[in-house]
Amino acid sequence: MSPLRRRAEPYLWLLFGGGGVVSAMTLPALVLILGVLVPLGVLAEPDLTALLSNVLVRLALVALVLLALFHAAHRIRFTTEELLGLARWDRLIALTCYGLALAGTAVTVWILF
Amino acid sequence: MILRVSRYRPGVDAEPVFQEYEVPDRADWAILDALNHVKDAVDGTLSFRWSCRMGICGSCGMNVNGEPKLTCGTFLTDYTGPVTVEPLRGFPVIRDLVVDIDPFLANLSKVSPWLIREGEEPDSEYAQTPEQLEAYKQYSMCINCMLCYSACPVYVLDPDFLGPAAIALAQRYNLDSRDMGDRFDVLSAEEGVWGCTFVGECTSACPKHVDPAEAIQRYKLTAALRSVLPFTRRRP
Repeated sequence: MSPLRRRAEPYLWLLFGGGGVVSAMTLPALVLILGVLVPLGVLAEPDLTALLSNVLVRLALVALVLLALFHAAHRIRFTTEELLGLARWDRLIALTCYGLALAGTAVTVWILF
Repeated sequence: MILRVSRYRPGVDAEPVFQEYEVPDRADWAILDALNHVKDAVDGTLSFRWSCRMGICGSCGMNVNGEPKLTCGTFLTDYTGPVTVEPLRGFPVIRDLVVDIDPFLANLSKVSPWLIREGEEPDSEYAQTPEQLEAYKQYSMCINCMLCYSACPVYVLDPDFLGPAAIALAQRYNLDSRDMGDRFDVLSAEEGVWGCTFVGECTSACPKHVDPAEAIQRYKLTAALRSVLPFTRRRP
């Protein structure tokens, strides 16, 4: 395999691993609070505009989206290549997956900032 | 009970073919007992590896109904209907159920699976605390049965992959307080830990409850940090 891939792999894997940890720890809590407890009226509706006016909140959201998308991209890349036997298209598939993750992050930044 | 056994006789069969044998459906028989019954009483030409019949030697691994199993620990009562027995997937077949284990042995030796020491020879044993033993003990339970290789889709697709048991064995020494070696160059290669895409089947297949998938992911973290942070590249 290419030396490029070997050099990139540790970084991509750290994004993948970090994304797994961050998603597993924060997404269930966010879904529980914003998707279940607030709609059910258990918790009062938070003032999202006020929350998002804090730059740290927006940065944390960008980090969460970036890591979660890179986690998904890494997983989808290898699942596609192995299940469909497309390993010879690795570079194209990798560029597509990580490119979409970057695009998603860019959209998040564009919306929040 | 019907055993559907994969046969391959070099010079006779162009490719593996199935042969069916009727065996007594005995509750206390493992698949290996049924194979030995065939070998002793029905067809002496059937070839397969076995030795201890108690899950220690790691010789009798085969594909049973599509899953890698130790045939001495898999019982006829676990199955209804015909049982299909094939050689372990991912290895060249030598004859019938016997596979070529040389690629596997070569991978094991690549990771320097012994205690590497520097400096003077000790006067006595290297003492360890129970915690230091616990750090690597799980990985030392491997019996080299190759079920994890057969279960690993990455290895079956790419035989250059170092593979689960060899990486777990490397971690068995990396995590040993007595070891002073550095296996970074072998493990952090493309065919090393980065070949693994964390399917996790190796851990499911392991009959000795070693967790090769965990060993690999743990070393990925080590390798990633050492690749990304240059000052950690060489361990003292």
